[in-house]
Amino acid sequence: MRQVSIDPITRIEGHLKIDLDIEKGAITAARSSGTLFRGLEEMLSGRDPRDAQRITQRVCGVCPAAHAIASVLALDDAFGIREKIPRNGWLTRNLILGGNFIHSDVLHFYHLSALDYMNPGDLAGLESRDPDLRDLETYLKTSDGAPFVPEYAGDYRLGTGVTEDLAGDYLEALEIRKKAHQLVAIFGGKMPHNMGTVAGGTTKKPDLDSMTKFRSRLEEIKEFVDHRYLPGAIELARAYDDYFEIGEGVPGFIEYGGFYTEDYAETHGDTKKGLEGGVLINKSNPSVEEVNLEEITEEVTHSWYTEDGRGHPGKARSLPDANKEGAYSWVKAPRYRGQPFEVGPAARMMINYKKGNELVERELGMAMEEAGVGLGRLPSVMGRHLARAVECKCIVRMMEGWIERLEPKAPACVGYEIPERGRGVGLTSAPRGMLGHWIEIEDKRIKNYQLVVPTTWNASPRDGSGVPGPIEQALIGTSIDDPDNPLEAARIVRSFDPCMACAVH
Amino acid sequence: MIVIKDAINSSERLSVEEVGRLQEETEVNPVIWIQGAACTGCAISLMNSPYPRLKNLLLDELVPGKSIGLKFMATLMGGTGKMALEVLERTKSARGYILVVDGAVPIGQDGKFCTVGDEPFSDQVARLGEDASAVVNIGTCSSYGGIPSGNPNLTDCISVSEHLKQMGILTPAINVPGCPPEPSWFVDTLAHVIISGIPQEDEVDDAGRLKEVYGELIHNHCPRRGDFSTGNFARTIGEEGCLVEVGCKGPYTNSPCPNRGWLEGLNWPIRNNHPCIGCTEPGFPDLMSPFYKKFGMEEAEEMYRRLK
Repeated sequence: MRQVSIDPITRIEGHLKIDLDIEKGAITAARSSGTLFRGLEEMLSGRDPRDAQRITQRVCGVCPAAHAIASVLALDDAFGIREKIPRNGWLTRNLILGGNFIHSDVLHFYHLSALDYMNPGDLAGLESRDPDLRDLETYLKTSDGAPFVPEYAGDYRLGTGVTEDLAGDYLEALEIRKKAHQLVAIFGGKMPHNMGTVAGGTTKKPDLDSMTKFRSRLEEIKEFVDHRYLPGAIELARAYDDYFEIGEGVPGFIEYGGFYTEDYAETHGDTKKGLEGGVLINKSNPSVEEVNLEEITEEVTHSWYTEDGRGHPGKARSLPDANKEGAYSWVKAPRYRGQPFEVGPAARMMINYKKGNELVERELGMAMEEAGVGLGRLPSVMGRHLARAVECKCIVRMMEGWIERLEPKAPACVGYEIPERGRGVGLTSAPRGMLGHWIEIEDKRIKNYQLVVPTTWNASPRDGSGVPGPIEQALIGTSIDDPDNPLEAARIVRSFDPCMACAVH
Repeated sequence: MIVIKDAINSSERLSVEEVGRLQEETEVNPVIWIQGAACTGCAISLMNSPYPRLKNLLLDELVPGKSIGLKFMATLMGGTGKMALEVLERTKSARGYILVVDGAVPIGQDGKFCTVGDEPFSDQVARLGEDASAVVNIGTCSSYGGIPSGNPNLTDCISVSEHLKQMGILTPAINVPGCPPEPSWFVDTLAHVIISGIPQEDEVDDAGRLKEVYGELIHNHCPRRGDFSTGNFARTIGEEGCLVEVGCKGPYTNSPCPNRGWLEGLNWPIRNNHPCIGCTEPGFPDLMSPFYKKFGMEEAEEMYRRLK
């Protein structure tokens, strides 16, 4: 048996270490460790509840808008104004979150993942006509190639033509994800860490200027997503079709749903969502159950927390115990009905497809046909990349509709009183899966604030029963050609798009 | 790289040796970017740089005759695990590198709250800081402690400068605060460091920031200064007008936000009708919290005291 430690896992958000036991060329055990703890939940205790809508964004610089949305939903709920949010308020919140999704998805496919599949060496001999690509080729030829090389040796099978396309799109995608951040800034002031989403709605009334600036950028993004990103993901998936069979993890999938599609007032806050939620206990089940929040618990047997960290997020705490026996991660272990569940675009796309979300049915159906796979192959390395690209396309489509529904110069937020005491829950879809914020207020201050974040689910360590988390299970059983270059393991881990600052916070 | 590009774009093809000789004319400044108690927002913000674009920063000269060579940055680099750390050690051994630090330094529990390759971040930053030619602290966390140092600061997070001082390391350093900083604040500071090293005392303010970037209060350039002067104050969030009554820290915050804006000048917090939360200042977030409460004289005095 050989033990291999991969630390740091680069090209993800934050601090992740993966330990592997490799026997006879295959992984027999895997441990996923979050190696940074900051203590943001305890830091929120005692503060003005509204500070949460700014501070929780600082959990993560890659997906801050998702935390912004979860926190304002939790505040709306605790303040009793869930159904009073004006149409401009929830629409601009959707647009802010949508912009964050696009940036995050494009970043993940090109800048975090693509180097796992393309060999920069394939570019050095080319003489492209594209000026940016030509610069890159010259750079690779005349320098040590940092930061792109060195990278793991392995099966880079795209060849020069496809690699050149992918590298060109890598550079173009830098501009596209910037445009996606501009979408967030138009209604959010700045990005990362927007200054627009607040309890009650958003701070700025939309006007024709902001709507026009938004629409034209969204149009450019749509061109890229439709004609470069999604086709690029399909092309990669066809070249690496064996990776539809690699990296499957746990049997169950879960999602809260996100993006509001009808006025809160008309539906008393229980609106239909653009991306729907549900629980898929097993991918072969035809039906999707509703999520029961009471079934969510967090485990800390192998996490560096005191026993107060155990239980329902509405009640648990997050107090560190850095020397705890048997612990190996700062990530807690969230469980649904006691079991680990995968979250993220693959889970979301399967759930929405099975629930008959028309947009997802159409877009995912076409993409799966082109890639030559069925729904059951989404929980895999290539399936996750494909699902993320399809989801990005669906979100762009929905955003086109939302921007048209804004009413220029009409209010985007309502007033409220901070209650003496109260509780609130904010649930949303985030780029990496389902995100929940739980708040308890006492004496108009935060008494307890807990977050259960997408990567908390995916990168969770073992629980009290010894059951490994989704990334751990996805690694176990995988063949590793060369333990000194565990490229297969890196590809599996990155397909989950781990966000460790989120997972631990 | 500009020289090479011109040569390559001309009809005459160069031999590899000739390209290599030309490249020698560009001085490459190696950069190591490490991450402690952080959220990656600073790295993501840098990717938003309009011009120079990230592509320019990675591949081209930043200032005439000088480029940066980004050797190590976990967010973008090809290498993984041991292979990535080997790049780090090689660059360290060669010396002459600029160390960019993103994130605060948790020193509690012997550094167990943040490790990279099983090494506490507090040790890593000291080891790399000692041999660096300059340290550039990107973001409020590495500059002053920032978000993770907020009360009760369970991990004992401190700023990089404080940590290096405690370890007796005297490498010159500069701060580029902001949560996160707008990319040009960092690019301008980095260009300054590459041209003439860490700025002289008269070029930085009391909080260790480049005056050229952070030399002005938001309030002095605020487009709502007229509302302040005429007493047109917003009383609740969502109302237009001067935002000091709903907590704006613009009168106490040094940043070029009003002049440069964000995302290519597209917007910025006060233009978006949200009060400034003072994220570029020492004492963020505790001193500025509650964010939506009017800043009193007491808080203002505390802020100036911290600056001294």
